Amino acid sequence: MSLSAQPPASGESFVLSASLANARHLSSLLRAVHFQDHATCFATASGLRVTVEDAKCIQANAFIQAEIFQEFAVQEESVVFRINLSVLLDCLTIFGTSSLPGTSTTLRMCYRGYGYPLMLSLEEGGVVTVCKINTQEPEELLDFDFCSTRVVNKIILQSEGLREAFAELDMTSEVLQITMSPDKPYFRLSTFGNAGSAHLDYPRDSDLMEAFHCNQTQTNRYKISLLKPSTKALALSCKVSIRTDAQGFLSLQYMIRNEDGQICFVEYYCCPDEDISEAEL
Amino acid sequence: MKCVIAGGNVKVLGQAVHSLSRIGDELYLEPTESGLSLRTVNSSHSAFASFLFAPLFFQLYEPGPAPDTEHFRCKVHMKVQPPCPGNPPAKSPQLFFRQVTVPVSIPSPQSFLGVFRSLPSLEKSVGKCLILLKPRASRLVLQLHCKYGVTKTHNLAFQECEQLQAVFDTQSCSSCLCAPARVLAEAVVHFPLTLAEVTLGTGPGGKIGLRNYVEDEAEPSKTMVTELWLAEDEFQSVAVSPGSHITFCLKEFRGLLTFAEASNLPITIHFDEPGRPVVFTLDDTVLEVHLVLATLSDLESDSQPAPTNGVSHLPAPSDDFADDLESYMVALETSTYEGAPEEPPSPTFPLHNPQTVQGNPEEEEEEDEEGAVPGTPPHKKFRSLFFGSVLTPGGPSLAPTQEVLAEDSDGEN
Repeated sequence: MSLSAQPPASGESFVLSASLANARHLSSLLRAVHFQDHATCFATASGLRVTVEDAKCIQANAFIQAEIFQEFAVQEESVVFRINLSVLLDCLTIFGTSSLPGTSTTLRMCYRGYGYPLMLSLEEGGVVTVCKINTQEPEELLDFDFCSTRVVNKIILQSEGLREAFAELDMTSEVLQITMSPDKPYFRLSTFGNAGSAHLDYPRDSDLMEAFHCNQTQTNRYKISLLKPSTKALALSCKVSIRTDAQGFLSLQYMIRNEDGQICFVEYYCCPDEDISEAEL
Repeated sequence: MKCVIAGGNVKVLGQAVHSLSRIGDELYLEPTESGLSLRTVNSSHSAFASFLFAPLFFQLYEPGPAPDTEHFRCKVHMKVQPPCPGNPPAKSPQLFFRQVTVPVSIPSPQSFLGVFRSLPSLEKSVGKCLILLKPRASRLVLQLHCKYGVTKTHNLAFQECEQLQAVFDTQSCSSCLCAPARVLAEAVVHFPLTLAEVTLGTGPGGKIGLRNYVEDEAEPSKTMVTELWLAEDEFQSVAVSPGSHITFCLKEFRGLLTFAEASNLPITIHFDEPGRPVVFTLDDTVLEVHLVLATLSDLESDSQPAPTNGVSHLPAPSDDFADDLESYMVALETSTYEGAPEEPPSPTFPLHNPQTVQGNPEEEEEEDEEGAVPGTPPHKKFRSLFFGSVLTPGGPSLAPTQEVLAEDSDGEN
């Protein structure tokens, strides 16, 4: 594996430098959160986090831990910048998105710090591409403050059972209603489309259910247009954990296994839609 | 009404819905003692399909209240999109239907087809399908019991409606062919998917031929004609009038063909003279399928003198069809007053003598052309209204005698 490493010029140093043998490990995860053009990147010693937000209601985070990289060095306590995610993805996949067996694109990523562009060096089959992407001021992000102590209901499902359901969601429905309960229907996804309603029920003893911890019956509605992008993360994942807190905030955590069998996570947080007095069951 | 479909039959139901959706946009459901009937008609009323699932098809079948009360009927939208604008042109043939009325409130379209959209996933993950008609809640409930204990429940809105029944009688057809679906599928594959009409006919040596129908307006130098002949022994049975042929819409037939191939059932084709509908049937112990398509009328082939009641464009029935003539009149009379209520006005057959100047522009053009170019093949216009006896096939006695006392004065749209 050859890396076209660019050693820092004398006197200059990178606050972030990383190398990845297979750029797909990064690009596929970033695609799972790519529902807006811009993203905020956070780099700490533990790894890289890329956050995308929309409408002050939904936030997605992709975590690529330091262990995934062949080299991952962060010189400051934390490095933050805002970047055009569409452009970043285009660069990461510059050699194409389809994967021929045995070939992979190697990536070297360097960032000098505030005000500097993000430098990418990609190599495949001896061909090298160098990209410089301008960075921007990071914007303030939502803090959903979703901690495990405030979780009311939690289930862990095998993604296989939800993939088709999410792909076929009735998009004429404005909302996706999620019901979680210790009693029937246990876990229900409902849509209310142009002609009628559809309900998808998962019993607590289903083979798909890896964990079922529901203490209280909760029914919450979320804007379907906001949640639909999470289908991409679901498609990549093998398991998903669905949690709600007392305010009805939703946390979806996807466990994704990459080509080399390493585990990464993507999570989505979503605010509930305005209060509903009666859920249509 | 409550019924449960189990195992492989769920996929059969799904295939039936797909087949029906290739013809019409609305699905008419009618639970009867003899089974659950699913029907549809296309927007120009030139194609009608019905699937009758016998009680044995179901794991559980409860059609509803006692036989003496009227069975509940409803229709649901099959597809979300409105009918596609590429409908057959105004001169399409039409089938005759008993009156269909629809009550006022129309909810937004929803998709019955959507429930059965993915046939592979139906086969893979659905174990059981429950159908419940809840008239009081105005909801049709479709519940799929899937793998891993997952349940998908769809509550679909429907509209009450009158019965949708095309008028046709296979007994009165002079020709009948029966072939395995595979034979017909292999024959039809040679025609482009965009081909609108195909002509089926008998040929020398007892062969049966299929040929694409070429519009008269088409330029000979830019037209490709595809013709293929099947030997009699490819068919399971052949009972045809020599020289008979019919032209019908291939697109609508393909939907049925896909279903027949999947269920491995032979297709029986009943046809008669050009202009009278062709009826395709599939028969099984638990399923009866009918597809009725209007056919192009072939005016030149009609050698009978025009009857004086002014309906001369229609092939005049011979003495053998005397009984049918009575009902022929009834059907004709009723059709001019009823037509298709909720659909945009479709051109019904104009009831006047072609010799009068009143003839509509297309007719006049036709006559002019006939005069001008005597050597060309007979003009074929999709214009006849099909009618036969005013009964469902195999029904009891014919309609009572009626005379046409006064010709319809507003026969033109």
